[in-house]
Amino acid sequence: MQLYDMPDARGHFGPYGGIFVAETLIEALEELRVMYERYRHDPEFLAEFAYDLKHFVGRPSPIYYAQRLSEKIGGAKIYLKREDLNHTGAHKVNNTIGQALLAKRMGKPRVIAETGAGQHGVATATIAARLGLECVVYMGSEDVKRQAPNVYRMKLLGATVIPVESGSKTLKDALNEAMRDWVTNISNTFYIIGTVAGPHPYPMMVRDFQAVIGIEAKEQMLELTGRQPDAIIACVGGGSNAMGIFYPYIDLTDVRLIGVEAAGHGIETGKHAAPLTANSPVGVLHGNRTYLMQDANGQIIETHSVSAGLDYPGVGPEHAWLKDIKRAEYVAITDDEAMSAFHTLCRTEGIIPALESSHALAHAMKLAATMSPDKTLLVNLSGRGDKDINTVAGLSGMTL
Amino acid sequence: MSRIQATFAALKSHHKKALIPYITAGDPHPKHTVALMHALVESGSDVIELGVPFSDPMADGPVIQRATERALVHHVGLRDVLEMVKEFRQQDDKTPVVLMGYANPIEAMGQQQFVERASEVGVDGVLIVDYPPEESETFVGILQAHHLDPIFLLSPTSDAARISMITKQASGFVYYVSLKGVTGSQNLNIVEVGERVAAIRRQSDLPIGVGFGVRDAATAKAVAAVADAIVVGSRMIQEIESSDEANLLSNVRQLTSELRKAID
Ligand SMILES: Cc1ncc(COP(=O)(O)O)c(C=O)c1O
Repeated sequence: MQLYDMPDARGHFGPYGGIFVAETLIEALEELRVMYERYRHDPEFLAEFAYDLKHFVGRPSPIYYAQRLSEKIGGAKIYLKREDLNHTGAHKVNNTIGQALLAKRMGKPRVIAETGAGQHGVATATIAARLGLECVVYMGSEDVKRQAPNVYRMKLLGATVIPVESGSKTLKDALNEAMRDWVTNISNTFYIIGTVAGPHPYPMMVRDFQAVIGIEAKEQMLELTGRQPDAIIACVGGGSNAMGIFYPYIDLTDVRLIGVEAAGHGIETGKHAAPLTANSPVGVLHGNRTYLMQDANGQIIETHSVSAGLDYPGVGPEHAWLKDIKRAEYVAITDDEAMSAFHTLCRTEGIIPALESSHALAHAMKLAATMSPDKTLLVNLSGRGDKDINTVAGLSGMTL
Repeated sequence: MSRIQATFAALKSHHKKALIPYITAGDPHPKHTVALMHALVESGSDVIELGVPFSDPMADGPVIQRATERALVHHVGLRDVLEMVKEFRQQDDKTPVVLMGYANPIEAMGQQQFVERASEVGVDGVLIVDYPPEESETFVGILQAHHLDPIFLLSPTSDAARISMITKQASGFVYYVSLKGVTGSQNLNIVEVGERVAAIRRQSDLPIGVGFGVRDAATAKAVAAVADAIVVGSRMIQEIESSDEANLLSNVRQLTSELRKAID
C-alpha cells in the first residue's frame, strides 16, 4: 500500500495542480476524469495496456550497468534505465498508448497532441496509426524548422502536422493551439497531452501510465544489485519521465530522487528552462498552478535549452509539490554540460542519448564523482539521440 | 446598488438590451484605449469589457490573439490596464467596466492587491477565463468583500447542476458562451441559444449576456431577442484592426451605432 496519496479528488498536489480552464472545457475534463477513474483499475484495460507495452513497445526496458563510464569517473556505479530502447525511441510512447486506449474506449475517433521536439508527436502518430485513429499534431513553427526529421516521421505515420505561428512559436504555443482545437471539437476528439502538466486528470493520468518505468526499475535493481539505488536521476521538461520513475519510489525515502532541469546558458543569464531550480514565482498556465517562468506582469517568458524537449516555462504540478515537501531535489545542467555528457556516453558506452536525457546523465556524472564505488545511481535514459544529430552537428559547425 | 446592477435595472425599465463591446487594452496602441472606451460609450454601449493582455490566451481565437500580440508589443500589463480604467473614470463615473483576462497576471500581482487596486480605480466586475468557480473560492470572496461583481462563463456544455452552482457565486450578470470553441468562432445556433438562455433563467434572476459569435447587426438582433445583453468581441477587434489612426474612433463609433440600432 502506497502511503503517498496525491493528488486530491480535484487534482491538487498541495497548492499546485487543479483545473484552471475555461468553462467550455470543464465538461470534457469531467468526462475524461470519470472515464479514467472507471478504467484505471479495470483488469481488462490494464491487460490491454500491458500487452501493448510488451509486444508493441518492447518492454520491459532493460537496466544497463554503464561500467566503463563508472570506472572512468571512479565513483558511484551508474546504471541506466534504457527507455531509449522503446519503440519510437523514448519514454513518451508509454503514455500515448495508455491515453489512446482510453480514447478508443471513449469512442473518440480523432486524437490531437502538442509536441516540442516531436517525440511525443511521433509517439502519438504511431499509436494513432496502430489503432486507426485520425491524428493531428500541433507544433510551434520554430520547432517544425528545428525538428524536420520528426515532422516527416509524423507525416509518414499518417498524421497531420499543423505549424503554430502564435506567441513564441514553440511548445507552449502548440499546447495553447491544441487546447483551442479540443474546445472546438470536444465531441469527437481526445487530447493526448505529452507530459505531467495540463489540468486534472492529466498530471495524474500521465504519471500513472509512465509509472511502469519505476515499477520495472524497482524489480530490476533488486535483481541486478540486490538493493535499491542510492539516488535516481531524471531530466525534467514537463516532468513525465521523471514522475514515471520517481512515483513508485516516493515511499522509499532512503532513495534520493533528483530532477534535472535545463540551465541553458546558465540560470544567472535568465536564458534557461529551469523554473524549480531558479525558484520562479508560482502561477497558472495550461490548466494548473505551478512554478512558472514569467515577467513582473505575469507574462510567460521565452525559455532556452539546447534540447527542445526541456524547453518549457512550467513544470508538472507534482514536481512543484515534491520540491516543497523536499521529497525530491531539483538541480539544473547547462547546455555545455549536457553536450559534454552526450559525447562521453557515445564514446564510452556505445549509446547515443537524447539531449534531454544527457542532462540527467551530466548530473549523475558530477554526483558519482563525489561518491564511493559501493554506491549506485540510476539514471532514466529517457530517449535516444538519433533525433538530435542535426543539432549536435550544427553545434560542431557541421551540416549533415 | 453596483454600477452593473444599476445599468441593467435602468435598461430593463426601458425594455432595452445591453450592448457590451469587448476590446483588448493597449490595442492597437495603449494611447488609444481610453479614447476608444469613451467612443464606445458615446455611440451606444452600456458596459465595457476590457481585456487584460496575456502571453498565452488559450481561450481566444486568432482575432483576439492578434489584438493581444499588438498590445504586448507595448508591454501592456495589468498595472497599465488599471491605470487606463482610472483615467476613464475621470470623465465617466457611470458606465460599468468589466476586466476580462487570464489568471496569471492576477496571480503575479497577488489576488488581494489586484482587487484592492481594481476597486480603487473603479472597476466593477472581473471575469477570469481560467478561474472556474471550483478554483476561485478565495478570489470570489475577496471580490465580494470589495463589492466587485464576479462574472462567470456558462457554456453549451454546462449542465443544470453547474448552472445552479455558478449562478449562486456570480453577481452582476452571467456570460453565456454561445458556442463550442474559442472566441470569434462561426456558426451561432440561435434556436439553441434561446433554449439555453431559458434554462439559465429557470435557475437565476441574473441578467444573461451572450457572446462568442455575435458578428453583425443580424446576429446581434437575433441574440438580443433572447438575452439581456450581447457581447461583441472579435467583430469589434476586427474593426480596430482594419482602421488606421485617423478613422479608428469614427469606425468604432459607426459599428457600435449599427449594433445599437439592431438591438433596440
Ligand atoms: C527523450 C525525452 N526526454 C525527456 C523529455 C522531456 O519531457 P518530460 O519531462 O515530460 O519527460 C522529452 C520531451 O520531448 C524527450 O523527448
